[in-house]
Amino acid sequence: MDRRIRVLVAKPGLDGHDRGAKIVARALRDAGMEVIYTGLRQTPEMIVNAALQEDVDAIGVSILSGAHRTIVPRICELLHEEGLEDILVVVGGIIPDADIPDLKKVGVTEVFQPGASTQQIVEFIRAHVRTVTSDE
Amino acid sequence: MEKGQKTGTELGMGRSERQPSTTQARWEEEVLNPALERSPERQEVFTTLSGVPVERLYTPSDLADFDYSHDLGDPGEYPFTRGIHRTMYRGRVWTMRQFSGFGSPEDTNQRLHYLLKQGQTGLSIAFDLPTLMGYDSDHALAEGEVGKCGVTVSSLADMETLLAGLPLEQVTTSMTINSPAAIIWAMYLAVAEKSGAELKKISGTTQNDILKEYIAQKEYIFPPKPSMRLVVDTIVYGVREVPRWNAISISGYHIREAGSTAVQELAFTLRDGMEYVEWVVRAGMSVDEFAPRLSFFFNAHNDLFEEVAKYRAARRVWARVMRERFAAQNPRSWLCRFHTQTAGCSLTAQQPYNNVVRTTLQALAAVLGGTQSLHTNSLDEAWALPTEAAVTIALRTQQVIAHESGITNTVDPLAGSYFVEKLTAETERACYEYFDRIDALGGMVAAIEKGFPQKEIHEAAYAYQQAVERKEAVIVGVNDFVTKEERPITLLVIDENVARHQRQKLEQLKKQRDNSRVQATLESLGNAAATDANLMPYILESVRAYATLGEMCDVLRRVFGTYEEPAFR
Repeated sequence: MDRRIRVLVAKPGLDGHDRGAKIVARALRDAGMEVIYTGLRQTPEMIVNAALQEDVDAIGVSILSGAHRTIVPRICELLHEEGLEDILVVVGGIIPDADIPDLKKVGVTEVFQPGASTQQIVEFIRAHVRTVTSDE
Repeated sequence: MEKGQKTGTELGMGRSERQPSTTQARWEEEVLNPALERSPERQEVFTTLSGVPVERLYTPSDLADFDYSHDLGDPGEYPFTRGIHRTMYRGRVWTMRQFSGFGSPEDTNQRLHYLLKQGQTGLSIAFDLPTLMGYDSDHALAEGEVGKCGVTVSSLADMETLLAGLPLEQVTTSMTINSPAAIIWAMYLAVAEKSGAELKKISGTTQNDILKEYIAQKEYIFPPKPSMRLVVDTIVYGVREVPRWNAISISGYHIREAGSTAVQELAFTLRDGMEYVEWVVRAGMSVDEFAPRLSFFFNAHNDLFEEVAKYRAARRVWARVMRERFAAQNPRSWLCRFHTQTAGCSLTAQQPYNNVVRTTLQALAAVLGGTQSLHTNSLDEAWALPTEAAVTIALRTQQVIAHESGITNTVDPLAGSYFVEKLTAETERACYEYFDRIDALGGMVAAIEKGFPQKEIHEAAYAYQQAVERKEAVIVGVNDFVTKEERPITLLVIDENVARHQRQKLEQLKKQRDNSRVQATLESLGNAAATDANLMPYILESVRAYATLGEMCDVLRRVFGTYEEPAFR
């Protein structure tokens, strides 16, 4: 029996824009996933710790401040250190096209830019989380 | 929320009470309905962007109880529905004030000079997240964030660089700063003093609206009570020492950006304003001493008539509230003076040139609505801070409206429209309903602690997102009229060297300043913060000694504590 997909929705750094993160959290819940929303002002350490404690399948990082080039690699680095590479990492927010390749290189599977729908995000997580866990 | 009570969204969507007359009923049966069967309308229900129903036609019967002098008055006359000044733009065009800031103080100083040269008439400064949150650019939490969302300012030295060469007695400056507003304002005042400007003559605005931080923008540091104390201190200090300064810009822009409806934007903003009035009066000032220097800040979103109705309702509601609820007697206390910014959340990453059109329509709404000051967004702002080329188009947008469109030739040109007057009245009514609900919760601070405005906003935001995903709301280029190939545009990129350079400057500063003087002023500040003394003089002393923003905020954090918002479920 499949347990429900567990997703951590995280707001790292000083960015306080949480409209999107809350909408995504709710959409994922409506789609039957278990969602833990970290709240604001999370450090990469706090996010990875929460991911570990909550035994999540995926992390959705929401960041609109332009600090993603520093913060997201740090999150991925810590996940790697903790042996949590199997966790699906997706990012949403204000991420210019030019920055996506580098994010994917450090372990982000997909980036959702402005205009992405909650449906796309739900379907992506469903599709890619299964891929990851079924490899175990 | 009580059982059976309507949500704000439902209230905002209240059906207009129309009783068709017999002639109307017959007309509908014999003429309209057959016509609709042959040619149905495009939708079953038409609503504003916020979900308020819009009728096919508005007629004199919609204004059956309308009374010009009671409901409108002439411009510059209570209740100011038509405008706060008698001549409005015939006397003086609104201030063109582009919100600007990025990278180092040098970078932003350059942009400010450029914009003045291009004809903007007021300054507006955007600070980066570390500055907004009371951290110096060398703080651990500032990593990756320095200069990205605005300019980095960690000390008086940075403010001096930022304002270099600007004519502070001739031009007004607005600063979007909230939790550390008192400190940033003190830096501005110190620079003005040093440059020989008289504090009695300079003018500008500090946003300094902490209540909306808890509700929407989330740049809070301290808990509500000490934060309100800081706001009161700045307002009182302004009245006494910097009388032309607007010590607060009570904001709805961010509330709207977080996803609220137009009515929620209006109601939460004005109710925040009422909360501030109560607190300052409780601190001992009479309402007429400070109310003339309260100012407001609204959003200009896509639905033109909904926005115009909102601004007109704002003036009418505020005038009535100030005169009747707070017994203000000075007519200048009754005025809702406001700045407007076009809606950032409406900008699309796809087909960014469409944003020029959106911004133009939104700016048009703000001008038809009688704004005192206006910022127009740049076409690239769904992606990044604006390039010089993009912000120039945004400024030109205002200049074309001002000088080529003709709408500035007369005051409040939409007055008398059956639709506009009806919508203004409905907006006002819905606004008062929210006041009642917030009063019942114990006031705005209590309502925030209970999560009321935050929940209303989230519900509205979620409803809108669903409407977009069901294609009930069309966003051109995003869910309709989509093009496969996106033409790339040049974006502003913030150099990572800015952070390193700022760290070096801070190191230098700390070596060169009189550190014992700094420590002494910080100690005085901490001691004063634990009493109910006005903190502005203490902050000014620390600022003049070149204490840093972070150092001062750390003192205040120790005394006031820090705020954590309730969990979102």
